[in-house]
Amino acid sequence: MSGGEANGGAAFAFTPEVMARAKAIIAKYPPGRQASAVLPLLDLAQRQNGGWVSRAAMDHVAEVLEMAPIKVYEVATFYTMFNLKPVGRHLVQLCRTTPCWLRGSEELRYAAQQELGVGLKQTTADGQFTLVEVECLGACVNAPVVQINDHFYEDLDAESFRELLRALRRGETPAIGSKTGRQCSAPASGPTTLKEIGRG
Amino acid sequence: MLRDSDRVFTNLYGAHDWGLAGARQRGDWDGTKGLLEKGHDWIVEEIKASDLRGRGGAGFPAGLKWSFMPKQIDPKRPHYLVVNADESEPGTCKDRDIIRNDPHKLIEGCLLAGFAMRAHVGYIYIRGEFIDEAHRLDAAIDQAYQAGLLGKNACGSGWDFDLYVHRGAGAYICGEETGLLESLEGKPGRPRLKPPFPAAVGLYGCPSTINNVETIAVAPTILRRGGAWFAGLGRPKNTGTKVFCISGHVNQPCNVEEEMGIPLRELIEKHAGGVRGGWDNLKAIIPGGSSVPLLPKAICDDVLMDFDSLRAVRSGLGTAAVIVMDKTTDVIAAIARLSHFYMHESCGQCTPCREGTGWVYRTMQRMVKGEASVEDIDRLNDVVGQIEGHTICALGDAAAWPVQGLIRHFRDELEARILVAKGGLSSARFSLTPGIAAA
Amino acid sequence: MPKLSVNGIEVEVPAGTTVLQACEAAGAEVPRFCYHDRLSIAGNCRMCLVEVEKSPKPVASCAMPASEGMVVKTNTAQVKKAREGVMEFLLINHPLDCPICDQGGECDLQDQAMTYGRHASRFDEGKRAVKDKDIGPLIKTIMTRCIHCTRCIRFGEEVAGVEVLGLTGRGEHMEVGPYVEAVVNTELSGNIIDLCPVGALTSKPYEFHARSWELVKTESIDVLDAVGANIRVDTRGAEVMRILPRLNEDVNEEWLADKSRFACDGLKKRRLDRCFVRRHGKLEPASWDEAFGAIAERLRGVAGNRIAAFAGDLADAEAMLLLKELITALGSPHMDCRQDGAKLDASSRAGYLFNTTIAGIERADACLLIGTNPRWEAPLVNARLRKRWRRGGFAIGLIGEPRELTYKYSQLGAGPQTLAEIANDRHAFAATLKAAKAPMLILGQGALARPDGAQILAAARQLALDFGLVREGWNGFNVLHGAAARVGGLDLGFVPGQGGRDVAGILDGVQSGAIEIVYLLGADEIDTARLGGAFVIYQGHHGDAGASRADVVLPGAAYTEKSATYVNLEGRPQRTRRAIHPLGEAREDWKILRALSEALGRKLPYDTVEAVRQRLGVVAPSFRALGRVEPAAFGNFGSPGPLGSEPFKSAIANYYMTDPISRASPTMAQCVEAFVAPAQTKTGTHG
Repeated sequence: MSGGEANGGAAFAFTPEVMARAKAIIAKYPPGRQASAVLPLLDLAQRQNGGWVSRAAMDHVAEVLEMAPIKVYEVATFYTMFNLKPVGRHLVQLCRTTPCWLRGSEELRYAAQQELGVGLKQTTADGQFTLVEVECLGACVNAPVVQINDHFYEDLDAESFRELLRALRRGETPAIGSKTGRQCSAPASGPTTLKEIGRG
Repeated sequence: MLRDSDRVFTNLYGAHDWGLAGARQRGDWDGTKGLLEKGHDWIVEEIKASDLRGRGGAGFPAGLKWSFMPKQIDPKRPHYLVVNADESEPGTCKDRDIIRNDPHKLIEGCLLAGFAMRAHVGYIYIRGEFIDEAHRLDAAIDQAYQAGLLGKNACGSGWDFDLYVHRGAGAYICGEETGLLESLEGKPGRPRLKPPFPAAVGLYGCPSTINNVETIAVAPTILRRGGAWFAGLGRPKNTGTKVFCISGHVNQPCNVEEEMGIPLRELIEKHAGGVRGGWDNLKAIIPGGSSVPLLPKAICDDVLMDFDSLRAVRSGLGTAAVIVMDKTTDVIAAIARLSHFYMHESCGQCTPCREGTGWVYRTMQRMVKGEASVEDIDRLNDVVGQIEGHTICALGDAAAWPVQGLIRHFRDELEARILVAKGGLSSARFSLTPGIAAA
Repeated sequence: MPKLSVNGIEVEVPAGTTVLQACEAAGAEVPRFCYHDRLSIAGNCRMCLVEVEKSPKPVASCAMPASEGMVVKTNTAQVKKAREGVMEFLLINHPLDCPICDQGGECDLQDQAMTYGRHASRFDEGKRAVKDKDIGPLIKTIMTRCIHCTRCIRFGEEVAGVEVLGLTGRGEHMEVGPYVEAVVNTELSGNIIDLCPVGALTSKPYEFHARSWELVKTESIDVLDAVGANIRVDTRGAEVMRILPRLNEDVNEEWLADKSRFACDGLKKRRLDRCFVRRHGKLEPASWDEAFGAIAERLRGVAGNRIAAFAGDLADAEAMLLLKELITALGSPHMDCRQDGAKLDASSRAGYLFNTTIAGIERADACLLIGTNPRWEAPLVNARLRKRWRRGGFAIGLIGEPRELTYKYSQLGAGPQTLAEIANDRHAFAATLKAAKAPMLILGQGALARPDGAQILAAARQLALDFGLVREGWNGFNVLHGAAARVGGLDLGFVPGQGGRDVAGILDGVQSGAIEIVYLLGADEIDTARLGGAFVIYQGHHGDAGASRADVVLPGAAYTEKSATYVNLEGRPQRTRRAIHPLGEAREDWKILRALSEALGRKLPYDTVEAVRQRLGVVAPSFRALGRVEPAAFGNFGSPGPLGSEPFKSAIANYYMTDPISRASPTMAQCVEAFVAPAQTKTGTHG
């Protein structure tokens, strides 16, 4: 996109608490290298701004980091996790890449579209959900996987996914991780290794 | 099969305490000071002796890479260790397990590797989507600081070492080491021209080494048990253990640490519950993450899982992410999805990748539907050949190889799809999955 | 000095040379789009791929250092195929709109496609379309044509020092642009048009005006500032269509400032193309005979010392020489070429030159700016300062108005007191200057065009001596001029003669009635309101301030219409060439003065321009060194004395309108609107 949508948005400045966190992040990098903090600061800005970075938010980050604004725009438009438009309360990110696709990510997409009544890149009328597809989330042995805001939900099928969405709609906090109760990435019927090792 | 006592990642599945106390019980942070006291060069030599090859995909010898760092520190150009935790190669999810379940192996590895290359600062660049994992890693690092294992006089060794987590924000290309450095410096992750290489001009223009999470996390165990122990596992030049990620059409997808060189079939049948519908229902396997060419069943029957064996069959071990496709798979659509991935993840800076990946994907889309001519297959092969080897970084190659693999091994299927679409062949031969239309 | 072989030819190149440069040294041409000598290496277009023995893949030659024993091949089938592949990729999303593209005929992509392109496309998909960006009145964008070479971005960051353009998005959606509404606010913006290898960035004023192949190209010199940038004037018929830079490493490298490039539409507006004589209070058209007759009549019986002459900022040396000789012959010592009243001292050449030379800036290691805004007074000098600053180890201090320069500097103070503090070692910057090996100072006209200008000049001279700015093999004393005519005028002594009046004196003389006739040779910057009841003769090419006050107007030639000599701020005499004929009845300026001298019965002894130039060389031998700078001995200049307390002001209030040509230019008017007016509103200070 080129500018248009990002030009909107109200004035923006970090709250004192967020600014304190920003300062702590900047301190991770050598003096004069504060630009390194642009990704984390844009993330802070996005969180404070309700899930998206406005032009004002980018300009504020540029000011805090003493960067030319264009350098911040370059970054914000390069990385997929920065939303340049407002999104719903729950950003539902369906993994679409081959390992998830092999295990039914398309079914999840149909399920979500039906359950939410929106298409991809759309937000529900009540502002609760925005549905998007993303590329590989890096949890392939727990496919299919969906990331909603900060958390991964794994080993889903159409039904468990619908239930997950319903729970979110009801305002609940569903358990994150595998929906089938697997232990991380172990085989579903239990580990084939690490059995000799007790607690050590 | 690898004995549990030879496994490095003993909490791979998070069955036990990830924290410092649990890690110590598993042997982490045991005698670290003593290892450090043996000196920078001893560590490098021991890693060299282990024949450990980088676990991030390229398989470059780790000890050799560490040895490229200058032996003297120029005060104006401090050394940096950078850990690549931007795990984004489709099929790959091993570093995530290490970070969330065995973070102290990584942290101790950072100290040892950082010390070996005379770095006082390390950054762990973790992909932005791994938010819970980043919190876990931060918590583990805090534990290490509180226990005096990191920071000033780390482990009482006299060496200062600070370690920071840096979160990405959604870009596969930041897994390329110089793209990662650009990103870490606060820029779009567009890979740099090489030379100069990072060991000479890396982070902030200073000598830097970038290693994968697994590479760094196995180092402490290698140093404790000796390079010879690690080198004794697997096959020459393809040594040690490896965390494999088995996804797709298997009965029990999982991660598992196994010996390098394990036969592919054994790996799948022993740990992943076998191919869905049995081994004979296998169509093809991508053995090392999306970037390497797929292998048809005939090759999968007896190929060994290591760098050189897979290279010999014109594929690669890559990240050891095994993506299994059974006979129900529309393999053209499976590869088309990968073409979409590379188009989406191209940074855009160099011509062949920026322009070529989109062209390839759109052609692949037509191949999926058969809306092409047989000559288009040759053109497609030509176009991916024009990307391969002509780009700044390896993403161009990675975009080319899956398509080349498809044409190499499944050309008949591509041709048949075209003929079916033209009405020349009965479509009964193909079981079209819903994915086809949407791919 | 690595030795390598290129297509079997051995070459030895300096260390740090790239393979691409080594190939060129061996006579092997390597196509490129992103690579540019004066910009950092991007390596992104991939057109310059070559084969290097032992390298498994083709190598981007622009980014690869040449090393000992390399065996490079540029003419193999593999190389050709690789380049053809890249070319195909560049073209698949490039529109085939060459017939309506202003770049057509001088387009790198078009040219290379002749060698590496296919005759027919095999790309069946839809082409990408990209939204155009509005980046100001000078540059038109057609971003669908962009091949993402990033030259424009790198130029902004590296040379111009403005970060406005960037790469947003990624993959095939990656775009070059400012992302938000923004103008490319630099006085060097036009250079990105030249740098763009395709038609993505073209000249807005020149849009659809001409095709490159129908233009006649004339090599010349710019006169809209005192830098003397080398230019090419492109004309069609009797019209100047555009002006482009020409390479001169010592002066402008290959850049050109925006006023010099874009003010040329001012050459077609408000022109004087015939004589005028004021009758009954109104200027009425007249013939040359009538005009000369009117002058002769008014001059009859007037004593020489009641006559005075000003030379304007665009006056050429030949005309100034003749005017000086005519005025002198008429018996007047009252003349001046310093319209702004700058207290420049013509007696010592080093006292008014930019002695360090423009290229010499690159050897300096500290710089004191006094009463100058180089960004506006001489953008290309400013670009050199930035070039030097980027290399590091170059401390810059400024005394005067704080300005957005394109480099970091220390604001030392506002006026002469600070200068005195440094001179007396009571300021931190004194130590910086002392410690430097090649320190320089730049004295702007803003520090000289004031009552204590001569004292400032003397103080700066003393500082130069005391702080080692002038030493064996190095002269760090520099005066920065804004007027193209100024150094030439000082060289040939267009200043008050024995007992003569200077600018202020002449104007006072008019007021008091002591001066009754004033000759303005293109002098439009003086306060014409103070010309009172004088009889004013204006010779020049534009109907600006001078002409509208004149009693007789003599139409002269603009710099594109004559072969004339100008001496740049370094003291480098250079010559313009005639690209088109003077308009209507206008004539080259020296010829007008020659003819007038005859009409006044004081015939000057020059029948050819060569004769005039020979005389110039006698009056000032430096004129003989065409194109070169003759180092000037550091003599005595200025008048020591107490300094005033007024803060320094820059001599230029508005970069885009400084002379009759730029004031007549519609494009410059748009620039004022786009660049100067918003800044004034924003900061509340005078731009």
